[in-house]
Amino acid sequence: MPQQNKRIGTNRRFALGGKISTAEYLGISASVFAVLAIIWFLTTYFGLVRPLFLPSPAKVISRLAELWASGQLFADLGISIYRITFGFLVSTVIALPIGILIGSYRGWEAAIEPFVDFIRYMPVVAFVPLTILWSGTGDAQKLLIIFIGTFFQQVLLVMDNVKSVPKDFLNLGRTLQMPELRILQRIVLPSALPAIWDSMRISLGWAWTWLVVAELVAATSGLGYRITTAQRFFQTDLIFGYLLILGMLGLTTDQAMKYAGRKLFRYLNVR
Amino acid sequence: MSDKLVISGLSKTFSSERGTTVALNDFNLTVGHNEFVALVGTSGCGKSTLLSIAAGLESHDEGRITIDGEDIISPGLDRGVVFQSYTLLPWLNTLQNVEFALLAAGKSKAEARDIAQSHLELVGLQGFENAFPSELSGGMKQRVAIARALSYRPKMLLMDEPFGALDALTRHHMQELLTGIWEKHRLTVLFITHDVEEAVYLSDRVAVMTNRPGRIKTIVPITLSRPRHYDMVSTPEFQHLQRKVLDAIRSESLAAASLQSALA
Repeated sequence: MPQQNKRIGTNRRFALGGKISTAEYLGISASVFAVLAIIWFLTTYFGLVRPLFLPSPAKVISRLAELWASGQLFADLGISIYRITFGFLVSTVIALPIGILIGSYRGWEAAIEPFVDFIRYMPVVAFVPLTILWSGTGDAQKLLIIFIGTFFQQVLLVMDNVKSVPKDFLNLGRTLQMPELRILQRIVLPSALPAIWDSMRISLGWAWTWLVVAELVAATSGLGYRITTAQRFFQTDLIFGYLLILGMLGLTTDQAMKYAGRKLFRYLNVR
Repeated sequence: MSDKLVISGLSKTFSSERGTTVALNDFNLTVGHNEFVALVGTSGCGKSTLLSIAAGLESHDEGRITIDGEDIISPGLDRGVVFQSYTLLPWLNTLQNVEFALLAAGKSKAEARDIAQSHLELVGLQGFENAFPSELSGGMKQRVAIARALSYRPKMLLMDEPFGALDALTRHHMQELLTGIWEKHRLTVLFITHDVEEAVYLSDRVAVMTNRPGRIKTIVPITLSRPRHYDMVSTPEFQHLQRKVLDAIRSESLAAASLQSALA
C-alpha cells in the first residue's frame, strides 16, 4: 500500500535498522544538549531551584574561568589525565596478552578465566581501603584502583573478541599448513583487532569512573579530589563545572577512538 | 585413470554428553586422477564431515583415507579447500588474499604476486586486485577463494558447498566458471553439494549418500559430453540423470521421514 510506504519513509529515523545521514545525526545529538542547556538556564533564571543545589550556567562557567586563570583547573586535569593514561596503559598492556592467550587456548582459559571472573565480581570500591593500606594515598593507589577496575574486565572482553574469530579462518590457516603460532599472529590477531579496539574504547570509559572514585575517597590532587573539597565548602558550581569537564573528556576520547577505529579498520566498510 | 583419493571402510563417531552420533559408517569412495566427483545427500548425512576428514581437519575412527597412496593424517598443501563461508581475510585486498596462501606455501614475494595475479585473471577478477572483501559480492568472494585454493597447485580440490550461500543466478555463473576452468586445466575435485542439478552439471560421477550413518548408496556416472553448457540442463539426457540422482536421494529422505513418524 502506498500510504504504508510513505509512513515507513518518514519514520526512517526511528525505524528498526533505519538509516540516517551524519548531518542529521549530529543535528539530533546537538539538539539534545541544547535543549538540556536551555532547561538548565531557565530553571536557574526563574529561581525554581536554590543555587546551592543547582547553580546557573553563568556561575559554573565563571567559576571554571577563574580556576583556569589561576592554573588550578590545568593542574587538576593534568594529574588526573596522567593517572588515567598510566593506569589504563598498564592495565591494557597486561590484559591484551592474557586475553589473547585464554581466548586462544582452552587449557589457559580453564586456568585463568574462572579466577578472573571471581575477582571481577568483587566491587572495586571495596578495594579502596585495602589499596590505601597497601600503597598509601599517592599515585600508586590510584593506579591500583584503575587497574583492578579495568584489567579483569579487559581480559574477559579480549578473550571473547579472540574467541569470535570464525572457526573457518583457523581451518584456512591449517589447510595452508601454517604453524599454530603463525595462525595466531597472521590470522587470529588481525581478525580480532577491530573488536579488541572497541573493547579498549569501552573499558577506557570505566577507567575514568574508577579514577574519580579513587580520587574522591583519598587524594590530595586531581579532579575527584577537587570535587570532594568543593562539597565541603558548598561550591556546587565547581562540582557542576568539573562534572561537565569529565563528561566532555569522556565524550571526546570516545569519539576520537571511534574515529581512529574507523580509519584503522577502513577495510571493513569500504562501501 | 589412476586413483587419487581412496577412501575405504571409513567410519566416524562423534560423542558428546548427549550421546554418540555415528556420522559415517563403512564409507567407500574413490576419486580418480583429474576426475570431478560430486557428493550429494540430505542435510546431516555426514558429507561435510567426510570433507573435513579428507581435508585433514577432522580425525576418523576406522578405515583408511589416502591421497596418492599416502594416509591423510593432517591438513596439507596437497589439498586445496574451498569452504562454504567465504574465509577471505577482511584486512587483505583481493590480491593479498591469494598471495597470503602462496607465501604460506613458501613462494617468494615476487613469485606470489605473479601467480596471484594470473589466478585472479583465471577467475575473471582482473581489475579487482585492490578491492577489499567488504566491497565484493558473495560470488566474487568465492571466486577469490577458488583462485586462492588453486594458486598453490594442490593435488586436488575439496569444495564444501561452495555455492550454497549464493543466489540462483550467481550460482549458475559460478558453475559455468568452475566447469570452464576445470575443462581447461583438469584437476581432481571432490565437490560437496545438496543441489542435484549442480552435481550433475559439474561432475563426471555423482555419489549419493545414505542418511546417517553416511555411506555411499549409489554412484551415478554422468555421461554428458564436455565441454558442458548451461543449455544442456534442459536436454532429456540431463533430465534423466538428474531424475536418477533425485530418486536415490528421495528414497533416503522418505526413509528418514517414515523413521521419524515411527518414532513419534
